Amino acid sequence: MAFIKVENLTHIYHPGTPQESVALDKVNLSIEAGEFVAVLGTNGSGKSTLARHLNGLLLPTEGRCFIRGLDTCNEQELWQIRQQIGMVFQNPDNQLIAAVVEDDVAFGPENLGMDPQEIRAKVNASLQAVNMAKYRTFAPHLLSGGQKQRIAIAGALAMDTDCLVLDEPTAMLDPQGREEVLRTVQKLHEERGITIVYITHFMEEASVADRIVVMDKGQVAADGTPREIFADVPGMKKCGLDVPLAVEVVWQLRHQGIKLPEDILTEDELVEALEAYTCQSN
Amino acid sequence: MSIELKQVSYTYMPKTPYEHKALDDVSFTLDEGSFTAIAGHTGSGKSTLVQHLNGLLHPECGQVLVDGVDLADSSRTGRQAAKEARNKVGMVFQYPEQQLFEETIAADIAFGPKNQGLEGEALAKRVKEAMELMGLDYAAYKDRSPFQLSGGQKRRVAIAGVLALHPKYLVLDEPTAGLDPQGREDLIQIICRLRKKWKLTIVFVSHNMEDIARLADSVVIMNHGQMAIKAAPQAAFEQVGILQAAGLQEPQMLHLLHRLQAVGLPVKADGIQLADGIHAIKEALSHAK
Repeated sequence: MAFIKVENLTHIYHPGTPQESVALDKVNLSIEAGEFVAVLGTNGSGKSTLARHLNGLLLPTEGRCFIRGLDTCNEQELWQIRQQIGMVFQNPDNQLIAAVVEDDVAFGPENLGMDPQEIRAKVNASLQAVNMAKYRTFAPHLLSGGQKQRIAIAGALAMDTDCLVLDEPTAMLDPQGREEVLRTVQKLHEERGITIVYITHFMEEASVADRIVVMDKGQVAADGTPREIFADVPGMKKCGLDVPLAVEVVWQLRHQGIKLPEDILTEDELVEALEAYTCQSN
Repeated sequence: MSIELKQVSYTYMPKTPYEHKALDDVSFTLDEGSFTAIAGHTGSGKSTLVQHLNGLLHPECGQVLVDGVDLADSSRTGRQAAKEARNKVGMVFQYPEQQLFEETIAADIAFGPKNQGLEGEALAKRVKEAMELMGLDYAAYKDRSPFQLSGGQKRRVAIAGVLALHPKYLVLDEPTAGLDPQGREDLIQIICRLRKKWKLTIVFVSHNMEDIARLADSVVIMNHGQMAIKAAPQAAFEQVGILQAAGLQEPQMLHLLHRLQAVGLPVKADGIQLADGIHAIKEALSHAK
């Protein structure tokens, strides 16, 4: 059974009013446990609407959304779903609520009625997992953006979440903060097998995922590995998106007759390929 | 005429356990017609700095002069001039679309100039002009709700609201954050056009080194409340050590070219834009043969 299964999902905002807009149009998608899926798409392509269906913050206008077979439309199952899917939003200031970091992380487990000792253990372990243990008594507003996002992630981990849905978690961060958050997410995925759904506008971030889903006008426009997705440079640009710099450079050089391998994704691979190219021609 | 910062320092919550020195002896001049980028990591003092440019914050020590007028002047004789000087500086905050509130786009953009006493035909003209500058067709959009627009369009409405005030200086705090690649590109084109058409003096905060290289004639790099560099982007990017200390990265293309140099490829590492980089790599490959 797929971890996340979205069937024929349609979502219409303000139906029956002049503001009516179709945000998702018969989307089908399934994500297996332990996958790291990046979701790309322009503003208004339906990415965030999709993310908000995954833990029942939004409910389908039509179609269904299942998490481990549990239906988000079934109110009795909703709490169980929300415990399994942790959400992290764009603006860290909108999701931290307590005056002290560890209180904030404890908020979820407290609401689940966990035993205080267990809460303490969970909070410590979660803060360690995001490398923020030494900040546990800090006030969240004194932290940097990247640190705040890691606290938000810790809050989800403390609920024993199996899946993190992150909606542009790095959009408001500086380069260092972006790197911290991405590394943390990668680590949680690799070491704990947490399923990741990662929405972003940064193509370089998407390239570290196992799989990329491209949304366009409320539909899934493409679905494949980063190498497959970024191979279609004109197609990505047509969707209002971009490709990582290394991919773009290879694409341009190949078009100008320089025979480099087609499937280069990262800067490391590009440097290696250009080095090999010059050795070959010598 | 210019905006001039003279030894500006600012401390948040002085004399409390939370005391934090956000700006430490910062001095520089933004000449009329210049296009300046401000970069630095979170907490480096960028936002505190831009809030000084139109008097939202007043320096604890030092002065901010706009066209020679001290923004903090509260004396009976200077008060009016300081107010007028503050009005010359238009401020677009981060995520300005969160500040939209009116029922129609035209009404939202008209809010500022209306408060300055403009009305009737003159007001409508201002709104129309600002919308067209931001690439929003007046007839098609004026009566629509701003909340029905895409993220990129909402942001353009919000910026139009500031332009309708006819500022002489425009300050943009991370204008492209959170936009998709196409939206980012569109907004950058519009900002370039604004500068050409209106000869606006522009200051923008950005983390994007590519945008800085493309747009700015000089960049101010902030670190721990101090100005680490003020130089032309190209010259600033050469100081990799200072950039890294300030939590910034050199532009991606430059990074790639430097790595190619390190493995012995004879590339000239002076390109930042894609076309320059491609050209440099091609040159190097043909020399290597």
